[in-house]
Amino acid sequence: MQRIGVFVCWCGSNIAATVDVDRVVEAVKTDPNVVHAENYQYMCSEAGQKLIRDAITEHQLTGIVVCSCSPRMHEQTFRKTAEAAGLNQYMVEIANIREQCSWIHKDKDEGTEKAIILARAAIAKVCLNAPLQPGQSKVVKRALIIGGGIAGIQSAIDIADAGYKVDIVERTPTIGGKMAQLDKTFPTLDCASCIVTPKMVECAQHPNITIYAYSEVEEVKGFVGNFNVKIRKKARYVDETKCTGCAVCTEKCPSRKGRNEFNCGLDTRGAVYIPFAQAIPNVATIDATNCLHFKTGKCGICAKNCSANAIDFEQKDEIFEEQYGAIVVATGYQISDVTKFDEYQYTKHPDVVTSLELERLMNAAGPSKGVLVKPSDGKHPHDIVFIQCVGSRDISGRGKCYCSKICCMYTAKHAMLIREKYPDVNVHVFYIDVRTPGKNFDEFYRRAVEQYNVDYIKGMVGKVYENEKGGLTVQAVDLISNERVMLDTDMVVLAAAIEPSDGVKHIASMLTASIDTNNFLTEAHPKLRPVESPTAGVFLSGVCQGPKDIPETVSQAGAAAVKVVGLLAKDYLVTNPCTAHTDETMCNGCSSCERVCPYGAISYIDKEVMDKGVREVRRIAQVNGALCQGCGACTVACPSGAMDLKGFSNKQIMAEVDAICK
Amino acid sequence: MNNEKALAEEVVSFSGTNPRNCMKCGKCSATCPTFEEMDLHPHEFVSYLASGRIEKLLQSKTIYKCLSCFACVERCPRGVEPSRLIEAVRDSVVGQKGADYLSPDRIPERLDPDLPQQAITAAFRKYKK
Repeated sequence: MQRIGVFVCWCGSNIAATVDVDRVVEAVKTDPNVVHAENYQYMCSEAGQKLIRDAITEHQLTGIVVCSCSPRMHEQTFRKTAEAAGLNQYMVEIANIREQCSWIHKDKDEGTEKAIILARAAIAKVCLNAPLQPGQSKVVKRALIIGGGIAGIQSAIDIADAGYKVDIVERTPTIGGKMAQLDKTFPTLDCASCIVTPKMVECAQHPNITIYAYSEVEEVKGFVGNFNVKIRKKARYVDETKCTGCAVCTEKCPSRKGRNEFNCGLDTRGAVYIPFAQAIPNVATIDATNCLHFKTGKCGICAKNCSANAIDFEQKDEIFEEQYGAIVVATGYQISDVTKFDEYQYTKHPDVVTSLELERLMNAAGPSKGVLVKPSDGKHPHDIVFIQCVGSRDISGRGKCYCSKICCMYTAKHAMLIREKYPDVNVHVFYIDVRTPGKNFDEFYRRAVEQYNVDYIKGMVGKVYENEKGGLTVQAVDLISNERVMLDTDMVVLAAAIEPSDGVKHIASMLTASIDTNNFLTEAHPKLRPVESPTAGVFLSGVCQGPKDIPETVSQAGAAAVKVVGLLAKDYLVTNPCTAHTDETMCNGCSSCERVCPYGAISYIDKEVMDKGVREVRRIAQVNGALCQGCGACTVACPSGAMDLKGFSNKQIMAEVDAICK
Repeated sequence: MNNEKALAEEVVSFSGTNPRNCMKCGKCSATCPTFEEMDLHPHEFVSYLASGRIEKLLQSKTIYKCLSCFACVERCPRGVEPSRLIEAVRDSVVGQKGADYLSPDRIPERLDPDLPQQAITAAFRKYKK
């Protein structure tokens, strides 16, 4: 017979207002296994914990049930309390009578009745609990960063500075990300590449950082502290160890049809290219789809001109494996597809551009060498219209339901930069709301209006069309004056919504990290654990978690780094003892469990089994306790009931159900 | 609840769309080809109905100026479909005046699936005095 103690918490009025705690105590006392029951105002307080410790000693309790808030809040607290009184911490069960009871009931009788039922279920389960001992697993002191933009760079530097090895895996040929493409940054208008390139160089020179550019994560196995990752180093067809970055090949390449990704496709590049002058690593890459050698077998001009002998057409993708203790996802964002908004003529007229394209048109390293010109004819524009929220705050199915957060500020920046450099250009901004929360942000936007005479018009643009002069006409309404606005303009700039990068879904599923309906990675807790994924050992940095600007990204990257350092500083991690195990006499070796296991924790062995007096060799599932995370998928999949989970056995769950149905 | 609010709510429910999804961007009016013919504009129809006001809309010329071209429906970022709200107000005015133009037994058995539902419901009341 077990000796169970039940402790009912009021949680102030959170529980006590809807649940009659005295009645719960009286009701559970009738259970033959319960030898002690009481209630208290705040069970999680020091005084409440003392109550529990004293009761365990005084009544020689073998298990306790705490009727309180969700186990996500205080299960750890009460486990430690039990441990301090000499009780195994896995002899503690929580009945959630707050989130799943008092908070959702209005009627006190109903709430009380349900609380009693939940308490009885927990008592039934704890009676079948067995003491469990957590194990230990070693922590690999190396971190992996997926994505080499400013988020990944900052996390890498911070982790490396703390003394741990860091690898950055970046899928494009260079690190730097979107920030390297920007011209200036708000609200101080400093040059983006002047502040990001020193950080890129720091990464390259740091003894603790290894950069795998033009590489992708291929497979992730393992668990917190012990991830086993396969990385594909894509063939550049250039030997990185030999290439000096002299760029002679990029000038000599006769194929000029490659889309210049760095300039958002506003111009073209050779088939062998270095994305930009400060690229890191500063080595050339051959894009095989445009290379004449790969298309025709001829050419090879790059190889002939390479004094370092670095061109290697025979190069193949390489796959290598590495162990990591922690993984930071810093996969960033991309501009969402604006081609669906055909009313804005983006696909039809070259002078309709996105804001990121405008950055390149204004940048000294851009296609027009920093002189703002119309893409259609290379002439100077006299009027420029900005359209805000294109694809943001959109629930019609064409766009994204969220606010992209950065557009109000970068548009104010663009407007000011244009007015500063070209005072003859009229700038109009059509906005719905101007959202500028942030230090010196609203002042920045007001400066655009007050000092730079930027014409802010409230109202979204209805449509843009090509007029008879070959220019563009913008049709809108000024919602303040309630009048129609027809504006002839030379250029239209769309503040397009941002969205998580392509491929983030694949990465999230490899990491078993959850994503939301917009493909942003989900944080473990939106307020209290904002840089951790719910998957242990996976951390979030930058826009992959939600729209944010550079200062916020850098802060979050630093926060993620601290979490990684906190993990890597430990030599061992305590493992969860609630793992699956096989009943060898029942297992028929069908592999159902192996197929559903997300952690690769199940393998098969041939083992001699004694079953009903017959000795025979059978194929039997075996669980690796270090890999198993106790998710229970195998116990559900097993057709013969051979798989069971410690601490959550089928028997225990049936006992809970029986108690509820009594 | 006063009569105006009750009528506004009835008309909104009749329209099958929710004006409270509106974020007041004005794109419906911005895109409207007959904006300048109207005394009250599409965005104002949405705003009035969202706050339970309908009297002024019943008196408005707009209900006869709207072409039901669906530009606002196509382009509204919030799926509000202002044209359906205007149509609902128009129906509530015109519908009280006379007999149905189209009787239910004259609806063809097979409808063109691309035909807006509004076109068929409107035909019940729209033209006959």
